[in-house]
Formats: sequence, C-alpha cells, structure tokens
Amino acid sequence: MTSNRIKVHPVLDVPEKENIPFYWNKTKLMAQKDEIISSALFANHIKIFGHHYKDGSAQGIFCANGQCAQCTVVANNIPVKACMTRVKKNMIVESVEGLPELPDVDETIQISDIEQISTDVLIIGGGPAGLSAAIQIEEHGVKAIIVDDKDELGGKLVLQTHKFFGSQEDSYAGMRGVDIGSMLARKVEESLNIDVWKSSTALYVFDDKKVGILKDGVYKIVTPKVILNAAGAREKFLRFKGNSLAGIYGAGAFQTLVNRDLVKPTNKLFIIGGGNVGIIAGYHALQAGIDVVGLAEALPRCGGYKVHEDKLKRLGVPIYTSHSIVAANGKESVSSVTISGIDKNFQIIEGTNKTFECDTILIAVGLESVAEFTQEAKSAGIKVFSAGDAAQIAEASSAMFNGKIAGLKVVRHFKPETKDIPQSWYEKAEILKSPPGPVKIDPVQIDPVENVDASGNKEGIFPVIHCRQKIPCNPCSTVCPEASIQMKGDPIKGLPQFNGKCKGCLKCLTICPGLAITLVDYRKSGENPTLFLPYEISNIEIKKDDDITLTDIDGNPLGVSRVLSARETKHSDKTWIVRTKVPKNIAGKVVAFTIQEKKVTKQITEKIPIDHIQDDEIVCLCERVTAGQIRYLVQQGMTDMNQIKAVSRAGMGPCGYKTCENLMKQIFNAEKIAQKDVVNNVRRPLFVEVPLGKFANGGQ
Amino acid sequence: MKTYDVIIIGAGSVGVPAAMSMAQNKLKVLVIDALASVGQGQNKKAIGGIRATHSDKGKILTALRSIEIFSTWKETHGHNIGWMQNGYSFPAYTSEGAQKLKDLMKIQKSFNLDIDWLSPEEYCEIIPGINKENLKGSTFSPKDGSASPLLAINAFYSKSLEYGARYRFREKVKTITISNDKDITVKTDKSSYCAHKVINAAGSYAKDIGKLINLDLPVEPDSHEGAITEPVQRFFGPMIVDLRPLKDPATQDSANFYFYQNNEGQVIFCLTPQHLMKGDASESTSIFLPQVAKRMVSLFPKLANLKVRRTWRGQYPMTPDGFPIVGETREFPNFINAIGMCGQGYMIGPGIGELLTRIVTCELKADDMDVLKHFNLYRNFSGAEQFK
Repeated sequence: MTSNRIKVHPVLDVPEKENIPFYWNKTKLMAQKDEIISSALFANHIKIFGHHYKDGSAQGIFCANGQCAQCTVVANNIPVKACMTRVKKNMIVESVEGLPELPDVDETIQISDIEQISTDVLIIGGGPAGLSAAIQIEEHGVKAIIVDDKDELGGKLVLQTHKFFGSQEDSYAGMRGVDIGSMLARKVEESLNIDVWKSSTALYVFDDKKVGILKDGVYKIVTPKVILNAAGAREKFLRFKGNSLAGIYGAGAFQTLVNRDLVKPTNKLFIIGGGNVGIIAGYHALQAGIDVVGLAEALPRCGGYKVHEDKLKRLGVPIYTSHSIVAANGKESVSSVTISGIDKNFQIIEGTNKTFECDTILIAVGLESVAEFTQEAKSAGIKVFSAGDAAQIAEASSAMFNGKIAGLKVVRHFKPETKDIPQSWYEKAEILKSPPGPVKIDPVQIDPVENVDASGNKEGIFPVIHCRQKIPCNPCSTVCPEASIQMKGDPIKGLPQFNGKCKGCLKCLTICPGLAITLVDYRKSGENPTLFLPYEISNIEIKKDDDITLTDIDGNPLGVSRVLSARETKHSDKTWIVRTKVPKNIAGKVVAFTIQEKKVTKQITEKIPIDHIQDDEIVCLCERVTAGQIRYLVQQGMTDMNQIKAVSRAGMGPCGYKTCENLMKQIFNAEKIAQKDVVNNVRRPLFVEVPLGKFANGGQ
Repeated sequence: MKTYDVIIIGAGSVGVPAAMSMAQNKLKVLVIDALASVGQGQNKKAIGGIRATHSDKGKILTALRSIEIFSTWKETHGHNIGWMQNGYSFPAYTSEGAQKLKDLMKIQKSFNLDIDWLSPEEYCEIIPGINKENLKGSTFSPKDGSASPLLAINAFYSKSLEYGARYRFREKVKTITISNDKDITVKTDKSSYCAHKVINAAGSYAKDIGKLINLDLPVEPDSHEGAITEPVQRFFGPMIVDLRPLKDPATQDSANFYFYQNNEGQVIFCLTPQHLMKGDASESTSIFLPQVAKRMVSLFPKLANLKVRRTWRGQYPMTPDGFPIVGETREFPNFINAIGMCGQGYMIGPGIGELLTRIVTCELKADDMDVLKHFNLYRNFSGAEQFK
C-alpha cells in the first residue's frame, strides 16, 4: 500500500525526509523523521486511534491542535496526544482502548524549581496578529516575549496556500499566506527586542498576575506587565447524527494535516460550511490531490467571498446551498454523508435528502475567539490588549492590520510620547474586516470594457475581470504597470475595472487571489482570440495539446478547447498560465476549466438506514454526552450549566468546554430558555492538559 | 404566607442532605440558596474523600452514619454516586510521624474503627510504585471510601424533591426576623418566607447569616487549591494523605496534601499551603501546581506522566479548633447552626443532616447528645483537631 503522503504540491515544497520505523499495535510502519504521530498514522492509512472508554466508539483526530484528547494514543507506554507528539525511531505506538494505563516509573523523578521570568509584554500567539504587533513593538524598542504553541511562527498563515486579499500596501495582498507567514516570522525572529518562544503553550493567566507557559516541554512562570492576546480562534462544532465518527473534524485540523504535515488524511472529502474557511479548505484539498465530493451551506448563498466559491465551482466541486448535514453514516468512521434541503427557517424539507460517498467530513461552520486569556488577564488585573481573531473574527488580512494597531497601543502604554495611532489605520482596519457585499448581476456593470472597433470587432489585448462582489481586495489595481485597472467606488472595497492600455504582462492575472481575471488577445485572430487562464492546481498537470472543458464564472460548461501551452511565468509565483484559443463569442465568458470529474460526486441511491432515536448526536465529544441527555436535564429545570456538568459530565473533559458550549446553548435556545437565565460554566486552569511531572521539574 | 417547618439557608453539602432527611420525615422544608443550583458553593470543590477515621466521637459517629448512607445509596435509591470503598491511608516518612499516627489509631480503635498499621512492604503492595525511601509504614482504614460530590449532592437533591422539599435558588437572604414566641421570617432579595425553625447551613457565608440576627459565629473560611487529572486505569487503591508538617525540609512551604483516584479513574489532589488565603477567595495561583507536583511526584513518581486537567480553589469554613458547630443557639433555640465544617462538610453532611432532623423533631438519642457536645457553639475553642 502506498503511503498517504502528498508527493507533489502546486505551492508547497515537498522536502525529502529521512524515513524511520515505528510500530503501531505491533505492526512496523514507516514515519518521517520528527513527524507528528497523528500525521505518521494518517500517512499509513490509519485514522482510528482508539476507542472511547465510555461507549467504545472510535476516536481519531479532531482538533489537531492539542486542545482536546480525542487523538490520544500510547507512545512508549505513556498516554499522549498524537497530534502534539513527535514520533521517534522504533517508537511503540498503541491505540487507546478504553482508559489508558499509566506506566511504572523506576527511576527517581528529577525535581527542581520553576524558572520565573519577567517581561514588559507577553504576546500570546504568533499568527498574523501577534507577529504584526510584535513588529511594531520591536520597531519602538519595547521588550516582549512572543509564545506560540507550534514549532513554526505564522499561525494559520503557514497553512494558507492561496494568495491573499486586501491591499498590497496594508496586508501583502497577492502574496500567498504561507509566504506572508514566513516573511513576518523572519522579521520577528531577527528582532532584538522580541524573545521568540516556539512550541510554547500559555496554560493560564493566574490571579497572582503570572502566566504559566509550557516552553518546549519545560514549565516557566512569566510575569508580564502587559499581555497581548493574539491567540486566534477555535472552530465551532455541529450537532448531527453520527457526529462522533472518526473522520469528522474542523477545517483547521484538515489544513494542518495537509498543508503543514503534507499528508492526505482523506481521498473523498465533503465540506459543511460555505464561509471562506470551508471554501478555502476545499481548494486546499484539490491542491493536495484530494477529491472534494461537495460542499453544503445552510444559507441560500455562501458566506465566503464569491471569487473563492466560484473557483471551487469551476474546478468541478458541487456546492449545495440551503442544505444542511443530517447525518454522517458509517460504523466507526465516515463512509457517507447525508444532507438535506432546508427552508428559510432552517427546517429540513422532507424528501430532499441526498447521500454521498465520502470518507471525511469537514465542519467549517464558523469560528469563535479564543478570548480566555483576555478575560483571565482582566480578572488578574493585568493590562491586556487583544488582536486578530482573539479580538474579533475576521480575515487574516484584517488580523495583520489590527495586530499592527494593537502593537502600537502596547508601545504607547510604555512610551506614551510615541505617535498617535493614525485615524487612517482604524479606517483601514474597518475596511479590511468588512464582509463581502452583494453580488452584482447587472450585465452593464459586469461586462468588461472591451476594445471594439467601428464594425463591432474586438481588437487588441486586454484583461477580462470577473469580479462581481465588493470585497476588500485591490492588488490588480496596484500591480498594473499601465495603471489601467481602477477600483470603482472605493480604493480597496470597490469593483475593479479595466480602462486603458494593456501590454499583456499577465500580472493582474497572476496576482488576483480569486483567479477571476483572464486575458484575451485578439491581435492574431479576431475570430479565435487567444485566451490566458490562471491555474493553481498544477498537481493535476495540464500540458500542451490536452483538451480542457471550459467553464463560465459559475462553472457552467462552455465547450472544449485545446491547450497551447501551460507554464509558470517569471512573476506568477507558482500560478500557472494556461493558453488556449476560443471562439470570440465565448472569449469574454470563459474563466477557467474543470478538473474534477462529475463521477467524484457519487450519490448513493440505496436508502441509508438512519435510526430514529432522536437526539443521540453528541454534544460533549470528550465525555460522550448526547443532546438527548442534555435536553432531558434542561427539561428537568436545570439552567445552571455547572449543574448540568456535575450531573452529566458535559464540559468536564480534556478540552475544557471549548467544543460543547455553543452546542449546549443551542439546546437552551430550542427549549426556550432565555439566555439571561442560563448560568455559564466557570472556566478554570488549565488551557490544555499537562503532565504533572512538568510542574515538578523546571529543568534547573 | 405558607409556613414551613424548617427553612435551610444553603443548598450545599449539609443543607441538601438535611433537607432530604427532613422531607423524608414529613417536615415541610424550604432550602434557599444565593447561587443557581445545588452544590455550587464549596461542595463541588470537595475532592470526594469520605472517612470515619477521625479523632473525636462527634465526627466519628457522624461520619460512620454518612458512610452508611453513601455506601448504600445506589442499592437504596438507584443513583450512581460513584461510591468506592477504597480506604484511606496516612503514610509516615519519619519515626515521629509514625508514632503520632499510631497514637491516634488507639483512639480510633476504641471506637471500633477498622484501621491498622501496614509495614512499608504491605503498604507498597496496595500502592505499587510509592516511594519506599524512609517509608516507616502507613495507617490503612479499608472501610473509608469516596464518592463524587457532584453526583452525590444531585442525588440527595433529587431524592429530597421526591420527598417534598422545596428550593429557592438565586435568592440571597437579606434579613431574618426572629423572636422566641413567633415564627421566623426570612426575607430574600426576591421574596419572604416563614418557618418555625431556621437552619444556618451557609458554609463559607455562615458568619454573615449569623450577623443577620446579631450572632457572632466563629467561622472564617480559608482556602486551598485542588486539581484533577485525566482518567487512567486504576493503579492504586486508597486515599493517600501525607501529613508531613511544614517544618519538614521535604515539604518546604506546604503542610499536608492528599490525593486518590476517583471512580472515573481521575486522580484528585489538594494541598494545604503555608500561606492560607483567608475569606471567600477563589483565585487560582501560579504557586499551587509546582508546589503540589514536587511533593506528589517525590512521593509517587508514577504520577509524573499523568496529565493535569483542571485546578480550582475551594474554601474550608474553619472554626478555631477545627471541629464543626452544630446545634441550637441559646438566644434563639429555633435558629440552628450546622456550620464550620472545616472542609469536611461533604463527608459528614449526610450524618449531620439526620442529626439536624432529630434536633428539629426533638428525637435526639444519647449518642447524639455526646456528638452535639463536641460540636457545641459554646464550647471552649482552645483545643485543636489533630487530624484534620
């Protein structure tokens, strides 16, 4: 069996790595040196890591972020989280069947004091917001420690293979997220004032104004004067039948496996949620060579950027709007998904069930801020700022900008004489986080300005811009050497329009994050102009003389044509340019070509038996508590979540209430309990579980 | 206004089992609590240990009855409250420590408590992997045990509702109007209630309730941090209480600490630091985990690989001598205290609850009179509990 590793990727380098042996339940397998255990298992086609001690149900990856314990395995006798532990040569890894056994320890345990460290600023999170803040802090000579739980700075940027929106000036628009991430990381790592702690998890802001941090496996206690919370967001989960099967997880976990660890955790993916996160995950799946069976969105329109959605549709991924997931089917892991049409009140429309074969379901139904550190700092009485998703959920481009603002605020706390934060920064921050506008369908508005001669024939060369929705994005307008693309209405949020000269440099084509610009060249033939199309799934190779099925903006077919050439250009940054000839009547309509065949989306016609026990979907994954159990307690009159926890254990597990809180609130809602009558669960240390021995030995 | 037989202030470790016992005895009982549900004060902070091996008749008898209630709960009432008869052990690592424990054992044995001295070898058999260096042996009382405070109080609560007890949550008692010839009126921030008798079972807030009728009650809470780990397969039996005193170099800046593996397989632990926080603090501190972890992994190295899940701070409503205060007050015989449980309200609560019923129904037995002598509000508080 070949390994589930990504061997070619259109954007990411796939480095050669040393292979080392390890054992999985006595079978010898190969991992890559220093690989994370969960990825090594996925590479070897293993996605069930054990069975839950409560109900014997299968467990696998869920958060891929060390937050829960669904992926627990026993490595060299010690129960560990597979997603946070590196595999070692000849390591014996075993599945956890029920409760793990704690190994005997023969040698005496080293005991030493924990190092106490003071700092002016503690930045929690080295993603777009934290790094941007750190750069400001560095530039103004304030001392800071930045902690990040990953071994590489950049946060979720390092998982983003697509080019970014926003503007070049403010948020590096047109650059790929992964490159922005490493650029910002480099700046921070080279800085003199910022102490970078990688593989370091902030565990809690204690009330004695100290922050416990597990720094690369060694516990430290940090006393900061100011905390900047840039810890990002976590994904929301959903209630549906079968939601605890192995093979159901968030888009963040998926991107970690695929774009960081370069493994293919799935061959057939279905995505729930049509926001940018879900849509981009689908795009990343295609770039990883994973079939995307479909995407379901509960609203009548995807909430993500239209250009993102269109990219996916054009490549051949069906998008089911006004559809919701009804069930994940399978015995231990997912073998199919059932979705159903829903009405405007989100009620299921009988008879609209559709079941598709798939082995993995991504849940991308929204994010919520990791706000704990802010609250903890406040209650401890430490001055705290927040930025990025930890402050407000928005795009990474916005996180970078408001990180910059937060950074300067921190500087001003220490050096009040520093310049005021320019009003224009706040305005930009607002613009960058603005949601997508309505879709323009007025043809007068959307038809490109074309060079037409007196007899109606088109001539010359010019870009066709298929951008119909106002989003904060303008790199096409700033990259054009002829300044021929202008933003209509607003310099960032407006719609771009071509008006002027074009010398065919292709820069606008390759910088557009939405791949929404084509170039038409009538200079050689007015009847059959040459068409230039951007292409980013070069893992599926397109070459001269291939036939491609052209599509319009929405993915509707426009005929087949032959490829004249397909290659990267000097400035295209891994975006390929596919050249073909098309009849003039469709030249302005073609946007892309399909790569995924229709047969990928295989609807299962035979009836999938969905049992009719109501409410047996899981609310608390950690403790395997069902919606029915919670609903029963609510109906008994319990409105104090702490009491529900006491009785049912919902929220008492390793993730500490991070996943089930929203789902429980939905049940209160459904039972018509007013929000004001619900008493929230009390949050307590620790943020993630840590072995007791770490607190006993500071390595000193 | 409806007149209750009894109003209990506090739906915690004492108030809820008391309400259950009284309702079972056909008393009309109302429980008032400022918080939103049962056990939201210190009950949920308790680690769940239940022992009868105390050092005085009052606690021993009350705890013995409590153990009976906890241990037979499932067969009597059906709810799982996580009861385990896993025993208690107090290991000694100094000769003086061993001697002190052995002296206490004499008193305990005089009450027919099942407790014995284990040699280091015998002790290592029930706690495989415990540090043998300097181990002088340990007490072991196999009849003691543990149960989940969370499940237990909710079981008592649901049973008490079945027997007819009433509860008012999210109501703070503001005034108590009391005289010896009329029923008592208890006014909360939301309503007014009337009863023949009032029981103060307000735990950490007992003193504040006393103040409402100008009673100065010697109860001051101090607080300790506790924590719980991930669950693993059972790897040791009894509660381990390390009583080494502050001055021992091995213990640095903390006094006793204790831990056990609960019915879920999770290890729960708690430590008494040198500097106790007074009052109703619930702060988490950075000091606790390193302090307790050093002692735990020295004592039991195997624990080093066990992941800590959550920590919290809970209060011990302390009296000057470490013994509870239970009984009628001289000024107002209808105002009864069941306070100052000194961190043991959970384990003796069910026994105290029945005792309170007998106070209310005037059915006290001879033993009860002895017990109440120990718990008398008007005692001389200069003595000190040896064996908290």
